[in-house]
Amino acid sequence: MSATSWAWLVLLFPLLGSIAIALGFKALPAKAAGAIGTAAIGLAFLCGVAALVSLLGEHPEARHHASSLWDYASVAGLDIKLGIFVDPLSVFMVLIVTGVSTLIHLYSFGYMQSDQGYHRFFSYLNFFVFSMLLLVLAGNFVLLIVGWAFVGFASYALISYWYRRETATKAGMKAFVINVVGDIGLVLAAFLIFRELGTFEYSEVFEKAPQVFSVNEWTITAICLLLLVGAFAKSAQLPFHTWLPDAMEGPTPVSSLIHAATMVTAGVYLIARTHVLFALAPTAADIAAFVGLATLLVAATIALVMTDLKRAIAYSTMSQIGYMVVGVSIGAYSAGMFHLMTHAFFKALLFMAAGSIIAAMANEQNIDKMSGFGKAMRFTSVTMLCGGLALAAFPGTSGFFSKDEILAYATARGGMYLIFTVLGYFGALLTAIYTFRLIFRVLPGKPCPEAQELIDSGHVHHAHPFNPATGEEEDTEVGFPGADHHIAEQSLPMRIAMGVLAFGALFAGLVQVPGVDEVVGKFLDPVFEGVVLSHVHPSVGAEWFGLAIGAAISLAGIGIAYFLYVARPETPAALQQRFSALHTFLYNKWYFDEAIDFLIVRPALAIGRFANRVFERFVVDGLVSGTEDVVSGGGRLVRVVQSGFVRSYALLLIVGFAGLALYFLLSSS
Amino acid sequence: MNIEWYIVLSSLLFAVGAMGILVRRSPVVILLCLEIMLNAGNLALVAFSRMVGNQQGQVFAIVVMVVAACEVVIGLGLIVAIFRRKLPLDVDELRELHG
Repeated sequence: MSATSWAWLVLLFPLLGSIAIALGFKALPAKAAGAIGTAAIGLAFLCGVAALVSLLGEHPEARHHASSLWDYASVAGLDIKLGIFVDPLSVFMVLIVTGVSTLIHLYSFGYMQSDQGYHRFFSYLNFFVFSMLLLVLAGNFVLLIVGWAFVGFASYALISYWYRRETATKAGMKAFVINVVGDIGLVLAAFLIFRELGTFEYSEVFEKAPQVFSVNEWTITAICLLLLVGAFAKSAQLPFHTWLPDAMEGPTPVSSLIHAATMVTAGVYLIARTHVLFALAPTAADIAAFVGLATLLVAATIALVMTDLKRAIAYSTMSQIGYMVVGVSIGAYSAGMFHLMTHAFFKALLFMAAGSIIAAMANEQNIDKMSGFGKAMRFTSVTMLCGGLALAAFPGTSGFFSKDEILAYATARGGMYLIFTVLGYFGALLTAIYTFRLIFRVLPGKPCPEAQELIDSGHVHHAHPFNPATGEEEDTEVGFPGADHHIAEQSLPMRIAMGVLAFGALFAGLVQVPGVDEVVGKFLDPVFEGVVLSHVHPSVGAEWFGLAIGAAISLAGIGIAYFLYVARPETPAALQQRFSALHTFLYNKWYFDEAIDFLIVRPALAIGRFANRVFERFVVDGLVSGTEDVVSGGGRLVRVVQSGFVRSYALLLIVGFAGLALYFLLSSS
Repeated sequence: MNIEWYIVLSSLLFAVGAMGILVRRSPVVILLCLEIMLNAGNLALVAFSRMVGNQQGQVFAIVVMVVAACEVVIGLGLIVAIFRRKLPLDVDELRELHG
């Protein structure tokens, strides 16, 4: 079978899984639903591998195929096909999405077992995977927008999964609204592309674009900036990032899958996919790179002070996506995509480990209350350490190779791009510090009561479920699983998922060692061939030099974290006292929520209130009741004439006719 | 005979009928006065028809008579109905449809 047939099967299985679970939720036992969901994604992964194999059997130059099933819309001059585009980039994304999703489904199989909405969860999750695959496989901008909107909805549904929890539904709405802002950008970009080029098909757009547009022409810059709005909203870059930390209200597997490994990287994929357009608009690409850099640093500084375990990891996700955006914007396409892959491994793993710990803490997410889980949960802490090492770019782990490759590329481009190298390494230092801050706070030390309970009796702490954010009582009837979460130590599927990811987090980097194998680069480079920037290549020596600096910085960061949180545990509090203004500033997330509230939400509300009080009350109501007043007033006037005296009517008639006759007589003479 | 005499007679009849409608309160008399007015019109029509020399005015007068007959039927029917319901036979009293 050809690569495209396999790709269609990749799309089919998750869709079937989602529909089967959704329709059969009454007939299927809970475990069967989980099994179907996991198997559907597993099969999709196998089909993805088959597509990869069939693609590898071809000449590198010929590895791109478009295929369409039928016309999606065909009207005057517009011919949109339900088509997919299979090339190394989309297959690479398919493998990451399905691979990580399979493991996360496996993890959810254990994690969500006590949840009342088990079927709903797996149906949503399969639907999400289908949408994400549609997004990466789409062969034209219309289908891309369809997939883009579907993942937005899936994200909303899964964030608000525990829908009796007010914080969760609000977070879902926030995510959805901000994502829709991005959708608007993407749709407008597609309109502009169609207006200028007359087509939505990727292959035709990328073929025509260099002929139609001159470099940095305003239309192409506008298109790229609008694409960036979409990419930034989806990928939680400044200033559209505020939804991501709030999205941590969803179940942990959701945070792991959607808000770390796959959906939030859609923006990176979009920039890589439309690299031909960005090559024509270097200004837009530079803007993207600087926004990525700003996000990277802002998020890293916030992650330094967050006390909520999942939110800290969420800020770290933003920061790492910042690296990817920098990568694909400055031209290090395959490096950016490679970082996307390794990040999917170690971030999914970190979230799973965090989920396991949070379950053991009976839904408490505050790291101030955690300690000593190293002893209580051996397996979880080992895997968390693996993920942490990869995130901190410890020499030899996957994050080490991928992050430094982006920075080495920035160095190779030189000039202004050295800023990215320098600040990127500074970000790497912060990354190492905040990662090991979490690990040193949670794993070593004297076990907290919950951890002690686990050590003593072997069962998970059961607290009465209160929402830690608002203190409201959780409703376990409609889904909130209460305190009987499963933890990784006690559930085989969760252990398997975390074990595989830990292996990936540690060793996935070895496929792309500079000067040795560079598998990912060789596979992806043909896609980006033909763009000016693809000819910039850092030398192997320079890459190893960068790696050496990266290793030193990573070790320094871990050392600082060790010094602060293990050797001298009293220093953080002292620092906090000393720089309390800075701490408050960071702790309030640079006041982004407040700024958006002040700049957008309040003016919008004020306009709404003004419209209600003035426009609605006086103009609209005035128009309606004014018409009514005129009509009824006129009626009242005319009524006076209707006296009911027949003779007066007759008089009126006669006098009127006599008047008329007189008039005609006079006027005719 | 000169046409003026016919016109004058017709106008007088019309004025008498109109005055009758305006001053009398009994519906029967009003109906009678209406008939006088219609016949004043008929007289003028016939006179003009003679003057012009064709029959169109006379045909029109017959049509007016038909209309007048219909009107009398309905009018008298109404008056009988009013009488049967023991309502006052006075147009000034019958003003329930005032605005």
